[in-house]
Amino acid sequence: MTRVAVVRFPGSNCDFDALRAAENVGAEAYFVWHGDANLNGADVVILPGGFSYGDYLRAGAIARFSPIMQAVQRHAAAGGPVLGICNGFQILCEAHLLPGALMRNAGLSFVSKPVDVIVERTDTAFTCDYEPNSRLRIPVAHGEGRYVAEPETLRMLESEGQVVLRYVAATERSPFQPNPNGATNHIAGICNPDGNVVGIMPHPERAAERLLGMTGGSGFFTSLVPAYEDSSNSGVKT
Amino acid sequence: MMSYRVHVRVMPREGLLDPQGQAVEHALSALGFDDAGAVRIGRAIELDVAAESRDEAETRARQMCDKLLANPVTEDYLLQVEDR
Repeated sequence: MTRVAVVRFPGSNCDFDALRAAENVGAEAYFVWHGDANLNGADVVILPGGFSYGDYLRAGAIARFSPIMQAVQRHAAAGGPVLGICNGFQILCEAHLLPGALMRNAGLSFVSKPVDVIVERTDTAFTCDYEPNSRLRIPVAHGEGRYVAEPETLRMLESEGQVVLRYVAATERSPFQPNPNGATNHIAGICNPDGNVVGIMPHPERAAERLLGMTGGSGFFTSLVPAYEDSSNSGVKT
Repeated sequence: MMSYRVHVRVMPREGLLDPQGQAVEHALSALGFDDAGAVRIGRAIELDVAAESRDEAETRARQMCDKLLANPVTEDYLLQVEDR
């Protein structure tokens, strides 16, 4: 059974949602505390959303130095899958597990609403259940989600296919503002060169079951469980 | 061992969008300060550093900035070291 460790930092607030989304697909999900030294045999690590350490200094800047992050670094270096959602994405950038940074939204406001994104990379541990170029509706909820990176980093991300999620351009089919935060190249999520470390601003765990009103994010969790089949998950291969 | 007061000024990198600076610039303009422009907002950090010399204090402070106080992707910093 796939073992999924959800890391809790002081200020994490999407930890239960991520745990439940992983449990719902049959994974053995459990919490690890930021002060722990190891991941208890995790196959997969999720850094959930929230406001770790109150976002002091910069979002994710302090969480990066938590004891558990050394174990996360080792897990990632060994090719283990790591997913950072929202604040988790910010932590992965601060920890240099992913390039670039997430800055204050261009519109300054905290943005909490559904957005439409395209899944551009489907060979990661978290997106392999999606068809290439699937279009998903998933909520975002962040004040600092504007992805920025050096020009050469952006060129590399684009040429190497490291953009995992991209906000959909404005069309008649999407009633939502296409890019909620001013992210460069409309980037909503990226991965490292090996594809095992993924960071995304949208919250798939908030769109992972019918009770939540949206199921577009469920593929991030069903992807973790090889044999998982559930025809009720829209946008997901069965 | 001496103690030095270190003043760190962290600013968003030139050329990166600074929406806070823009918002404050608009507010200043609304107050009639049309002469204000190119407003940018950063962060000031002060700390004491115990070191044998001012140079050593500056070197240590620089390491602190590179590792934590500033984000090398998006921010630049300036250091000023004072005797206590």
